[in-house]
Amino acid sequence: MAVERYLLPPEGSDRRLLAAYRQAGGYAAAARALREMTPEAVVEEVKASGLRGRGGAGFTTGQKWSFMPKPGGPKPSYLACNADESEPGTFKDRQIMERNPHLFLEGLIIAGYAIHARAAYVYIRGEYVTAFRILSKALGEACDAGLLGKGLFGTDREYDIHLMRGAGAYICGEETGMIESAEGRKGQPRKRPPFPAVYGLWGCPTTVNNVETVSHVPAIITRGAAWFKSIGTPTSTGNTLFGVSGHVNRPGVYELPLGTRLREIIETHAGGVRGGRALKAIIPGGVSMPVLSAEQVDVAMDHESLKQVGTLLGTGGIVVMDETTCMVRAALVISRFFRHETCGQCTQCREGTAWLYQLLHRIEAGEGSDVDLKTIESVGGYMEGQTICALSDAAAWAATGFLRRFRPEFEAHVHKRRCPLPESFEA
Amino acid sequence: MSAAVGGAAVLSDAVKDAIRTEVGKYPQPRSALLIALHLVQDEIGYVPLEAQRQVAGLLGIRPIEVREVVSFYPMYHEHPVGRRNIQVCVNIACALAGARQVVRALEERLGVAAGEGTSDGAYSLEEVQCLGSCGTAVCVQVNNEPYIEGVRSDGIDDLLRKVC
Ligand SMILES: Cc1cc2nc3c(=O)[nH]c(=O)nc-3n(C[C@H](O)[C@H](O)[C@H](O)COP(=O)(O)O)c2cc1C
Ligand code: SF4
Ligand code: FES
Repeated sequence: MAVERYLLPPEGSDRRLLAAYRQAGGYAAAARALREMTPEAVVEEVKASGLRGRGGAGFTTGQKWSFMPKPGGPKPSYLACNADESEPGTFKDRQIMERNPHLFLEGLIIAGYAIHARAAYVYIRGEYVTAFRILSKALGEACDAGLLGKGLFGTDREYDIHLMRGAGAYICGEETGMIESAEGRKGQPRKRPPFPAVYGLWGCPTTVNNVETVSHVPAIITRGAAWFKSIGTPTSTGNTLFGVSGHVNRPGVYELPLGTRLREIIETHAGGVRGGRALKAIIPGGVSMPVLSAEQVDVAMDHESLKQVGTLLGTGGIVVMDETTCMVRAALVISRFFRHETCGQCTQCREGTAWLYQLLHRIEAGEGSDVDLKTIESVGGYMEGQTICALSDAAAWAATGFLRRFRPEFEAHVHKRRCPLPESFEA
Repeated sequence: MSAAVGGAAVLSDAVKDAIRTEVGKYPQPRSALLIALHLVQDEIGYVPLEAQRQVAGLLGIRPIEVREVVSFYPMYHEHPVGRRNIQVCVNIACALAGARQVVRALEERLGVAAGEGTSDGAYSLEEVQCLGSCGTAVCVQVNNEPYIEGVRSDGIDDLLRKVC
């Protein structure tokens, strides 16, 4: 069955201007939601659709919205949209913002209505200057057309969308780090509880949602929860954007149902491993998620199936590595990233990320020992489940994931005192 | 020295106005800090202390609160960088596509190591983390301009032509 796309525009069709987006039926879902449905009915529809967050944690979106207070409380509510997209291997939200900006804005309008938000603040990573420019233009058009602001869609409501810029720190993608940053501070995550639904932006009730997550909502309103649930698997519903990078012939972003087999994504959509080489390893959902080996390529890309093989769906950012690739180097590059990005608040994370990098560096240089391999596992153990946010867990999973899945290769580095893969990429 | 730096550091009225407009979007003025610092850096090329003081004044916060943000975020520079600051992603997808060779080729051509700038102030070279362009690795960003994608070490001449 051909995949029906609803996130990315068809090839060759430019939906960036309001007129083109409307021509394709755009903003009908928002009109319907705001004029014909109560906010509670929108929440129920999204709950029934089974939509789960696309930012990495996979939390059920409708349920998250239902944590928000009823209107009339002492403080306004806000939608904080996470457009920080910095998880290495992930480049999908950028596709939505640059190619279908009005779909994203429409999603923000409906989501904000559902949670009674006064406004949405979109936190866009600072490097995404093109996405920022395209969104600014789309936002201007939407305001001029009365789709935002006072009396939007002819209702008696008021709702604004504001664009903010980050400045290069990965930790500002963590939801409370993002909130701190949006308040004009260092992006150091907050302890929870209280959760953002109680104490978020400026101390007000806040829902944090990813760009892709809200972009699914217009289709759910137009086509209904039952239609959405018919795509994917029972607990991982709808399409998603898989970003495929690394050693494939056609890297890119592919909109496919959740539950599509990893093999099909790599071989059919991404054109197979480049140069006819053999597949060796795959990171399934951004570098925070434990790596898989080639034997596991038949796994279905949904939350449950990936859990069963010891990893997670994460952001759906798939990094493919061929037979020439040194696994110690791959782990080293990733540990260098986490060492650079730790915000330093928690000892386990600040010290642990530095340790992991040093250990991997030593092993890669042919100066490691068997004890170093054990130390990676024990340091990783101390880093899990102990800290303010999940960056520490991610750094530990990434390093121990490579070690557990490819232990003989790590041991070969230690015993031969050099890298056994002469053709590997350089770190 | 201080006169020259101070002179260059004075925020133009245009930037001040732009910052005031941003402040109006938030319940608390301080929330405009990150975008204000981008506006300053776009104009001056970096964010000198004197400019930090002026931004603090506009947002009603202490200079140290601005400084702590400037030093936390990798995109802000407290000291001048090259007029063309070339940033090469060295994270996993770009590394697999030869980012190390791209950095090395640039180091040779510019005569500097990553993290340094040429003595005439024209270029500087930086290694950065994933830019969200992994499908078109190797990804390079110059200043805060749109990305240059699919860069290879044998295409450095081409890259430098585009960059100038
Ligand atoms: C270290 C770290 C970095 C993260 N980076 C991002 C990010 O760049 N974009 C994103 O949407 N979520 C990111 N997340 C997940 C967010 O904390 C949050 O779960 C998500 O934005 C919620 O939106 P969703 O429910 O729509 O997925 C990150 C989490 C962690 C721990
Ligand atoms: S786990 Fe790491 S990144 Fe997260 S708050 Fe603690 S130190 Fe910061
Ligand atoms: S790894 Fe270089 S852009 Fe993502």
